[in-house]
Amino acid sequence: MAFQVNRAGDVMVIDVDGQLIVGNRQELKQMILDQVESGERKFLVDFTHTGYIDSSGLGVLVSLSKKIREQGGELRLSTLNEDLRTLFELTKLDTLFRIADSREEGLKGF
Amino acid sequence: MDRELVFELPNDLQCIEEAVEFVVGRCATCEETGRKLRFNFRVSFTEALANAMIYGNGRDPSKRVRVEVALRGSALKARVIDQGHGFDRTTVPDPTAPENIECPGGRGIFLMRKLMDEVHFNERGNAVTLVLRLPETESIRREASA
Repeated sequence: MAFQVNRAGDVMVIDVDGQLIVGNRQELKQMILDQVESGERKFLVDFTHTGYIDSSGLGVLVSLSKKIREQGGELRLSTLNEDLRTLFELTKLDTLFRIADSREEGLKGF
Repeated sequence: MDRELVFELPNDLQCIEEAVEFVVGRCATCEETGRKLRFNFRVSFTEALANAMIYGNGRDPSKRVRVEVALRGSALKARVIDQGHGFDRTTVPDPTAPENIECPGGRGIFLMRKLMDEVHFNERGNAVTLVLRLPETESIRREASA
């Protein structure tokens, strides 16, 4: 299973285990959309155990963030290693997301 | 030790991760285990295969994608060829422009160009070649052990 969901208070924390790429992005998208449909509004995607993300993975995070914001919620990201952070900086997506250094920091003030 | 790999993939997005790991694994045994191979190449090769399957072959399951990988001297070259009609790469918009930043797509070619040392398309636009320069020390070590 590439994605693990755990609740931390009123925040849904999703761990990405392995890659977030074109082959599995739809699984993450549908899983979070189902949670939004169920009334969840706060999401933290944690990349502690993530190898790499491709443009499709980035794209699904962008579209989910937009959808969640439209519903009055927020999607945050946490624990990106140096390579993953570079991806967000290159694409300027670091300006679109709140990116925390750790899961704990990401949960603060949510 | 130079190395070449040539294979074909079905036009199936689920095959991409395994194909990427196969190529990286074969190149890693040649002592190149650097960050650029682990990350830059993985991301870029994934992009090239996805573009070939989605845009080149139009998700047509009857089509195939050909991969040619060559590790020679200090350069790793991976060529990905689809069976499509090609595309006009001059029309690809800048995904970092403010008006595009919230677009879900359009970052694939941008990432390949940022992460690889060279990216070349053939004139028809149905083949892309990714070039990664290996760190000099790794290249020397490989030559010494050959």
